This record gives sequence, C-alpha cells and structure tokens, in this order.
Amino acid sequence: MMIEVSNLTKNYAGNTAVEDVSFKVERGEIVGLLGPNGAGKSTTMRILACFIPATSGTVTVAGLDVCTQADEVRRRIGYMPENNPLHPEMRVREYLKFRARLKGLSHHRSRERVDAVLSQCGLESVSKRIIGHLSKGYRQRVGLADALVHEPELIILDEPTIGLDPSQIRSVRQLIKDLGKRHTVLISSHILPEVELTCNRVLIMREGRILAADTPENLQKAVGKNGHLIAEIAAPLEELKTCWEQMPELAHYTIAATEGPYHRCALTLSGSHDLRPKIFALVVERGWKMRELVRVRHSLEEVYIRLTRPESEEELH
Amino acid sequence: MQAYVTLTRREMGSFFYSWIGYIVIAGAMFLMGLEFVTLLDKLQGEPTSMPLTEIFLSFCYWVIVLFSTPIITMRLFALEKYSGTFETLMTTPVSDWQVVLAKFTAAMIFYMLMWLPFLACVLVLRYFAKGSNLLDPGTLGSTYAGIFLIGSLYMSAGCFASSLTRSQIVAAMISFAIGLAFFLAGFMADPMPLEQSWAGQALNCINVMNQMKDFASGVVDTRAVVFCLTTTLLFLFLACRVIASRRWK
Repeated sequence: MMIEVSNLTKNYAGNTAVEDVSFKVERGEIVGLLGPNGAGKSTTMRILACFIPATSGTVTVAGLDVCTQADEVRRRIGYMPENNPLHPEMRVREYLKFRARLKGLSHHRSRERVDAVLSQCGLESVSKRIIGHLSKGYRQRVGLADALVHEPELIILDEPTIGLDPSQIRSVRQLIKDLGKRHTVLISSHILPEVELTCNRVLIMREGRILAADTPENLQKAVGKNGHLIAEIAAPLEELKTCWEQMPELAHYTIAATEGPYHRCALTLSGSHDLRPKIFALVVERGWKMRELVRVRHSLEEVYIRLTRPESEEELH
Repeated sequence: MQAYVTLTRREMGSFFYSWIGYIVIAGAMFLMGLEFVTLLDKLQGEPTSMPLTEIFLSFCYWVIVLFSTPIITMRLFALEKYSGTFETLMTTPVSDWQVVLAKFTAAMIFYMLMWLPFLACVLVLRYFAKGSNLLDPGTLGSTYAGIFLIGSLYMSAGCFASSLTRSQIVAAMISFAIGLAFFLAGFMADPMPLEQSWAGQALNCINVMNQMKDFASGVVDTRAVVFCLTTTLLFLFLACRVIASRRWK
C-alpha cells in the first residue's frame, strides 16, 4: 500500500477544507483526484507532501506517518505544487542539481540523476537556458523533472497540465503515463479527458469530501444505465415520428434536421439493452437510408458533472 | 549539513543573479569612498587622537547598515513565499532550522563582502602613512568584530521580518523599523542619567551606536558581544517559529 488516508480532516481558520476523507492507493497505480476548484484537492496533496499537517485523521505514505516521520516521507515523495513554482533566475541544469543536492543525493549520484531526468523529460536542448526565459511547457517539464530527480516512490502532481496548449498537454500526459510504469502517481485535475486518459482510478471530490472512487469505466457504467443512440436516417418525418412513438423500448426521442434529406434522431432508451439491430432491421424493412447509427458512451464528464453539481443547482434541473 | 551548504550557496548566488547585490555593494562603496575622502581631508588639516576606524565608521557606517539590511534581507523568505517556491523548498527533507540558518548565513556572507572595500581603504591609508602607528591591527580586528556582530544582529532581524510576510516591501519596512529602533535607542539613552533609572540602563544595553563606537576604538566589551549574539539567536529563533507556524493554522 502506497498511500493510506483515513478520516482525514483539515480546518483552516474555521473553514473545513477537507472533511473525513479516506482512501487508499496501491503501489504502481496512477490515481486522479478530480473536482471543481476549492474541492480540497490541493489541501489533500499538501498534507500528503508534509507541507501542512492534518487537523485530525491519519495519513501514511509507504507505511510512514506524514506527521511524525516527515523527513522520511519527504524523501519518498516527488511533489509538484499547483502553478509549478520555480526559481526563474536559475538555469535548468543548475536548478535540478540544486534540488537533487537538497534532497540528499551525493555529488556523483545527483549528476547522474540530473542527466537522466533531463533526457526523460526532453529537456536536454534547454539544459543551459535560464528557466525564466523558457516557455510554459518547458517550465512544466522542469517542474516534473524536479519531482522525479530523487527517484521517489510516489509522485504527487497538483494540476500538472494547467495553462498548457493542447500539444504540450499531450506530451505531459504521455510523460505521466510513462511514469506510471515505475512509480505510483497521484495527480489532481479539473480537466476530465486528462484523468480519463491517464489514470487507472479516479477519486471525485467536492466540498472536501470524496464522492466516488472507482475506475473511469465503472464510473461511466454506474451513471450510464440508460443507453443513448444517435441515428441519422433519410425518411419522411411523420413516418419516422410514428415509428419512434410505437417503439416500446424508447423513453424519449428528439429529431433534428441536418443537411440533405437526413434527420438526426437522438434516442434515449428506457433499459440497457441494445436497440441497434432492431433499428437497422426497421430501416431495411421500410427501404429508408441510414448513414449513422452509434451508441453514445457516457463520458466521465457526465459522471463528474452529475456528482459535483452543487445541490442547489440540482434542484433547479 | 549537505542541505544547509546547498541552500547557502543558492542564496549567495541569488544575490548576484539579480542587480540588487551589485547595487547594494556599489552604494556601500560610494558611501565609503565619500567618507574616505572626507577623512583624508580632515587628516591633512588637523591632528587627531581618535583611532582612524572610529572616525571612519561614524556616519557612513550607520547609513550603510540601516539601508542595506532591509535590501539584503527582504527577499530571503518573502520572495519564496510570494512565488510559491517556499512550498517546494519545505517539501524537501530539510528542517526549518537549516533553512533559516542557511538564509542568515548567506546574508551575513554577502554583508561581510560588502565591507571589504573598507579594508582596502584602511590598507591604502596604511601604505601612505608609513611609520605612524595610527592603524593598529588590534583596532582593525575589533572594528571588524563589531561590524560582524552588529551586522549579525541586523541581518537576523531582517530574516525575521522577511519570514513574516509575502511582500518584500513590507518585509523591508519591518526590518528598517526594527533596525532604526535599535539605532535610535542610543539617542534616547544619552540624555538619561545612567545609573539611576532602569530605563536608562536598559536603553544603554541596547545602545548599538555606542557599542559600535567602542568596537571601532578597539574596545571589545563582552556586554556588547553577548547582547549581539543573544539578540541574533532570538531573532533567528523567532524566524524559525514563524516558519513553523504554518503547521499550527
């Protein structure tokens, strides 16, 4: 077990940032902490990284308590805070060397490790540049390299792709995926595709509590009980409407016009069975034309929106 | 130990990465140069019985100490807190004491470097005043001891001020206020009858101006040494507590 958090609570001057949170992370997992701003993700991560202590509850990393054995825990953790603070006046290699030495690596070892992380994060070409002159994507990689330099067992990244352009996000995401092969990774994000694509497991937080913890697939299944279909069919509108109305498995449908003779039908099923063969047979029987028939998968986004929507908003819907 | 040395080196470096280090040194050199010229002028005019170091370190010394302290120390913690690097620093396996001591040491080394031109001035004088014994090495040593001890008092106060806030300006103002208070204590102590009132005695103990005068004239008073060292420790301890206070919130 890499991380074990039980009944963690953190109060800031009367406000509760994290309330009674418990979760476990196994070695080698990539876990995403997902939630809107102010959900308590950063606070949880700061406690894990021994920057601030918990008000109550216990947190252990690799079996060590973050409160009483902070130094040992810090040696095992590579932590990149939100917004990735760096010393802008230093050069990339110099900064990484400084961080490696600060984390207790010997001269020889730190040189080796700095070379290793420079190539791992694709920073060789900028190793002599001043950090303040680098693009945001490169700076983010410097932050990642810093988190990796002492070969930690656990890597904690707070919003690693915030403010990056899509291609930079893709490269950072790939980097995180590669890290998962050798390290345990905990990342926080409010960007869904990122978590969906990189993580084995997702913890969804809101207002300091964990609302759901499962694999992305299971979460999708849990929300997507009722299937959705999209069909684009060229048929007389009235006939199409009566057809849908007579179909008992359909709970709801909408028809929108598209270019040409085709109608785009969004169908909501009342059960979880697959209606596609039946619709195909119907189209063939009537002699209509069909150019698209797909089942809409519930993205994690819907799971997330459903779980993290504030209660007041839920009542409105 | 390794973390302490690494941090001190980085802090030292950061004085010279930015313009601030050079500007402070240039300013200090300018003031010392001015004082040097005035001193030479005086020496040509009339004979004096005061040790040269005492004349040298009267006015310019305090201007340099009072104004350079806030500039040297303001960024130590405030900048790290502002830019967020404080978080990356405190999540590495270093203790609060190591961080505070490293920053203080770097500030002290820089401060002592700043006083090197003074040594050069004295050596120039010594070279041209051949034969005369008005520049005695003992006095020079005690002068440097005074510069060091009072400097450490001011630097530690600056460290403490910087640890209090995220804003460098506020840090500079707090450390200037603390420094000025110690300096003005001398003026307040002067008119009070020494042995009679406790306030006069207390003020006299923290009268850094008189203490520096003593050091510069070759007198090493243990009261002054103990006062400077203990106050330095007190301020460093307070800075440490402020750093640790994030855990109490």
